[in-house]
Amino acid sequence: MSTITLLFSIFLLTLLMITTMAIVRTRNLFVAVMLMGIASLLIAASFFLLDAADVALTEAAVGAGISTVLFLGALALTSERERSPSSLPLLSLGIVAIVALIVIYATFDQPPLGSPSAPVQAHLTPWYIESTRELIDIPNVVTAVLASFRGYDTLGEVIVVFTAGVGVLFLLGTGASASAAGAPLSEDNAGLRHYLIPRILGRLLIPFILLLGFYVQFHGEYSPGGGFQAGAIVAASIILYSLLEGEQRALLVIPQGVLLAMMVGGVLLYGAVGVAGLVLGGNFLDYSVLDSDPVKGQQWGILLIEIGIGITVAGVLISIFHAFASRGAA
Amino acid sequence: MDILGLYHYWVFAVLLMTGFYAIVAKPNLIKKLIGLSLFQSAVFLCYITFGKLAGGTAPIVGKGAELFSSPLPQVLILTAIVVSISTTALGLALVLRIKEAYGSIEEDEIQEQDAP
Repeated sequence: MSTITLLFSIFLLTLLMITTMAIVRTRNLFVAVMLMGIASLLIAASFFLLDAADVALTEAAVGAGISTVLFLGALALTSERERSPSSLPLLSLGIVAIVALIVIYATFDQPPLGSPSAPVQAHLTPWYIESTRELIDIPNVVTAVLASFRGYDTLGEVIVVFTAGVGVLFLLGTGASASAAGAPLSEDNAGLRHYLIPRILGRLLIPFILLLGFYVQFHGEYSPGGGFQAGAIVAASIILYSLLEGEQRALLVIPQGVLLAMMVGGVLLYGAVGVAGLVLGGNFLDYSVLDSDPVKGQQWGILLIEIGIGITVAGVLISIFHAFASRGAA
Repeated sequence: MDILGLYHYWVFAVLLMTGFYAIVAKPNLIKKLIGLSLFQSAVFLCYITFGKLAGGTAPIVGKGAELFSSPLPQVLILTAIVVSISTTALGLALVLRIKEAYGSIEEDEIQEQDAP
């Protein structure tokens, strides 16, 4: 990292710390949520400066986009103001300050940023980079590690996302009753339909966001991207559509049944690729047996499971949004 | 230069503890979830900082690049971000149900109602 980049990175992180303090201090939760969006964007920029393009893309789509919308949905149903406390929690402040100092003291044993002798760089990292060239032959090592070398982890993570989605639907309902099927489209509960400028501009943006989502999905082997990012971006475009045109119309575009099928289907597709490996005589999630050429097989496997991830993530995030939004309408 | 190289870790410490403070000291349940998000972001930042290699680029093998930052922390955090939004949504859903059942999202008021 050149000195200029390092200084810029430090500048971003200082802004991040100030924003974080403001988030915790403010009593207005609406302000706190807006500041969270800014903090997310600052973190995403810092990730990018730290060479983590894939992570930056995810953080920008999830943190600054979807998370803000979900918190706002929750605020609409609770209250925007936080009650002022009876007394300053001196004990908590003291403990927090002491632990922060201990952690800072511990950092003096850390190898400094970018040090080639850091343990992270020593063992697995060179192996992953070499083996990706040899065994999988796709440029994006992050995608290769995510989808192939550590495919078990990722399957677990996708199941966690799926479970969390199911949990939200259990707690809040699927929203199917709020927008009874076949009911005539009402004009009152229709998002921003009456506001001309956001509606026209937003509608112009939606196809391009969707296109970006699909590009990120299918180009994930060659450039930053993959199923997690694509799912979040596609979900963001559908959420934007619901905000502009109202819940009901969005549920006409992608009905609740389709969303549930997406949530389940993506996980099943991922698992099925794993089982296909078993059936063809390899190990679970061993893609090299999927094709006569092991490298081709790996590429097929990665493509398929990334699609599974994308479908599940998009289905879960859109379902969660609908669950929050229909709770407000009911 | 060495001192500047530790700055990322200090920000991690401050961010971690700011989030933790919101979790333990704020009675408002949504504020606690915001604190939890900040806490998670701090951990993400820490991991990504571990993976950075001086002179390296993003781990996408192409022409003209020989040194790459470590892909492994990036993979772990990439999935963790999406998991964190799902679990935060689950937390928010619980808060909504608490609000419906108790009419409040302040921890002490809820505990007062639960007291026999």
